[in-house]
Amino acid sequence: MSNGTEAEYEVTHGRPQAFYENFDRKGELQHQTHYCPGCGHGIVHKMLAQAIDELGIQNRTILVSPVGCSVFAYYYFDVGNVQGAHGRAPAVATAVKRSHPQSIVVSYQGDGDLSAIGSAEILHAANRGENITVIFVNNAIYSMTGGQAAPTTLLGQVSTTTPAGRNAANEGYPLHVSELLATLEAPVYIERVGLGDNRQVAQAQRAVRRAVENQVRGLGFSLVEVLSPCPTIWKMSPVDAQHWVRDVMEKTFPLAVLRDRTKDVQPKAAPATGPALEEIPRILGVTDEGEAEPSDAQAKGGVDLQVRVAGFGGQGVLLLGEVLAEAGLHAGLEVSWLPSYGPEMRSGTSNCHVRLAREPIDSPLVAHPDVLVAMNEPSLHKFCASVRPGGWIFYNGETVPEECERKDVHILARPFMHVADELGDGRAGNMVILGALLEATATLPQASVDAALGQLVKSPRWLTLDERALARGRELLRESLQEVCHEG
Amino acid sequence: MRRQLMKGNEAIVKSAILSGCRAFYGYPITPASEITEAAAQYLPQVGGVFLQAESEVAAINMLYGAASAGVRVMTASSGPGISLMQEGISYMAGAELPCVIADITRGGPGLGNIAAEQSDYHQVVKGGGHGNYHTLVLAPHSVQEMADLTALAFELADRYRNPVVVMADGFIGQMMEPVEFPQTATEPHLPKWAVAGTEESRGNLISSIYLEPDKLEAHVRQLEAKYYVAQQREARAEEWRTEGAEIVLVGYGIVARILKAVAAEAQAEGLKVGVLRPITLYPFPGLQFQKLAERARVFVVVEMSNGQMLEDVRLALNGVRPVEFLSRFGGNVPSHGEVLELVRKLARQTLPAPQPERESVAHV
Ligand SMILES: Cc1ncc(C[n+]2csc(CCOP(=O)(O)OP(=O)(O)O)c2C)c(N)n1
Ligand code: SF4
Ligand SMILES: [Mg+2]
Repeated sequence: MSNGTEAEYEVTHGRPQAFYENFDRKGELQHQTHYCPGCGHGIVHKMLAQAIDELGIQNRTILVSPVGCSVFAYYYFDVGNVQGAHGRAPAVATAVKRSHPQSIVVSYQGDGDLSAIGSAEILHAANRGENITVIFVNNAIYSMTGGQAAPTTLLGQVSTTTPAGRNAANEGYPLHVSELLATLEAPVYIERVGLGDNRQVAQAQRAVRRAVENQVRGLGFSLVEVLSPCPTIWKMSPVDAQHWVRDVMEKTFPLAVLRDRTKDVQPKAAPATGPALEEIPRILGVTDEGEAEPSDAQAKGGVDLQVRVAGFGGQGVLLLGEVLAEAGLHAGLEVSWLPSYGPEMRSGTSNCHVRLAREPIDSPLVAHPDVLVAMNEPSLHKFCASVRPGGWIFYNGETVPEECERKDVHILARPFMHVADELGDGRAGNMVILGALLEATATLPQASVDAALGQLVKSPRWLTLDERALARGRELLRESLQEVCHEG
Repeated sequence: MRRQLMKGNEAIVKSAILSGCRAFYGYPITPASEITEAAAQYLPQVGGVFLQAESEVAAINMLYGAASAGVRVMTASSGPGISLMQEGISYMAGAELPCVIADITRGGPGLGNIAAEQSDYHQVVKGGGHGNYHTLVLAPHSVQEMADLTALAFELADRYRNPVVVMADGFIGQMMEPVEFPQTATEPHLPKWAVAGTEESRGNLISSIYLEPDKLEAHVRQLEAKYYVAQQREARAEEWRTEGAEIVLVGYGIVARILKAVAAEAQAEGLKVGVLRPITLYPFPGLQFQKLAERARVFVVVEMSNGQMLEDVRLALNGVRPVEFLSRFGGNVPSHGEVLELVRKLARQTLPAPQPERESVAHV
């Protein structure tokens, strides 16, 4: 379809069923293809159409056409048609086939399309063993765009972008895609054929048919590479071009069956049908059935509790916040839980923002917490100044460093992890702190906390441990208040 | 109805499946990977397709294939991945294929970082691929909206036969809030135009090619007509306590949440401040801006980008009110304190009586 030859067309004779009788989608000359005389695409089209006829699959066939001279394959094929982006036909075909496993999907591609820009898509479709058929028309050149080099261009071959001939030192070597793909485990059938003479053409016809039939039988990925003349860009007569395929191209790209596992593989099982529509909310876990019993234990009065929890990863920072949020939700409050997010995530530290409120929560970010839980010293340093006057700091340590002392907030500093250790596992330190926090803030009913724990902690051993840790935390707080009273 | 505590990224997938989505093709990228992972978990369970593609380029072309086949399909990605998808998005808009793309934005340009930023605005809202097209863009600011706007996205994608992007930041994706879902799932249906490998659909063609200049022009005019209808019908914004507002704070996503907190505090101080939150970024809710401009004295755009939505706000106001701008990016979030300071400063300034005037932009 290159510029110089637009007036010359080949007429197709003996129309297969799978071709339209009249090429309505084409503008003018609706009885001729847009391919030049002697073009391999016209011949391969006919082979594919015949295979579709013979296999009786016209209604099931979906042709994915590429970008290249065969971009308009949908002018001719009376099948379902999808025209894809340059090189991406195997990705498009993958999804078409997976959407309708009963359909027969053919990815039809040129050598630039398949071996250059689309090299990743063909490799991975082949490697996944997609049950599709790929027809790979290799004419060793970018024809549609006027004759630039392709990865398949022969050494020494002149193109508009290798004016002195392809030079391995600069452009590398002709890419043997079929051989490459044949190293993969998944493909069932890969053959390279040619259109160099009548014998080759007959073999090509058989290969195209097999590649389609394999899919009909559900065997898996099949690809036929067709060495194909482009008289126009090669600047040869149709006859010379055909001979060039046989006498020159074939030397670089030997004709061969590179992979045939069709006898060894079992047809792919049809994918299981999905569940009934009514089942889906349950599968997603969004039905009311999993709902905790609505509790009488509702939080009372106007609530607006803003909490910041910070520490090392592994100290249970996020879970502490989650139990708090979940308990708040259970108690009929609005809640939000926001994990620290961004660069901090990777540095081994962890923190989260939790809000519990009667009214809808405006910002889930807590800049000035009522309660700070600092599981380590860096966290205390970072956030101690942000706590609102009258608020609380729970610090996992013996004493609060001088710089962090504040007269206007309540501080409870204890080695919470050690306390938990005495209960059986230091990792329950987060729940000891949560117990103290709940006791101090007196916002949430115990029933809500129990419900939240039950939902988030699945192991019975941990559940018991966490419950004891919570109780111990409440105790610690009460003890500390008594101390304050005594001191006072 | 049951309210569940859930992350935004998970809510998207559950809502998508309830909306009839039966295919997900994606490539991992922080902070969108959780969506891909949730899709991997749930889609096979509902008889759908999940496939991790070899790249975002492949993923978007798989969306092209699945949409051509008439399946409700989605993907999720972020900055660099969305950049790679642009050619495919353009093809889908050109071929009039519906799909939903979740963009959980991160910092750029280049590899930037994985923290939340709003700098994908231009590439998503302005149609970052080639050609005359738009994607419709929805901007959730809560977990509930992650669910609701995903459902809306599938509806709009089908109604307009066009890609729809749900654009959220990492905060909205990561945070947990109560969310409720419809208790019934939408039945997937096969559109008439789909290429399904059946006798009835044999004559169908999906293509974005219009060789004749007149035909391509007519095609694009028809796309334009669609976008015009969308502008009339689908533009949405939330006005939050804007009655009597003289200062209107403008932001979307997590920023809007901060702005609401700021406005609440400023109002408590007696300042006349409200929040206008675009929910659709394309079509942009320009009318709401014009309406509020009748009373308001100044608009303050707060963005986690260098001023990408700012351009649309200026266009919508067309110079009738000054537009102030506060921006943080790189993973930094505009703080409650700095926004409040700006509001107080603007309130202190003797503001001119409402009348058309030149805008001014303060880079804070
Ligand atoms: C993304 C993109 N890059 C480049 C092009 C231009 N282009 C169209 S066809 C083509 C080469 C096609 O060559 P091949 O696949 O060998 O097909 P042939 O025409 O030889 O059959 C190129 C580079 C395009 N359409 N899209
Ligand atoms: S591949 Fe070559 S011969 Fe065939 S249509 Fe294109 S330019 Fe003409
Ligand atoms: Mg070629």
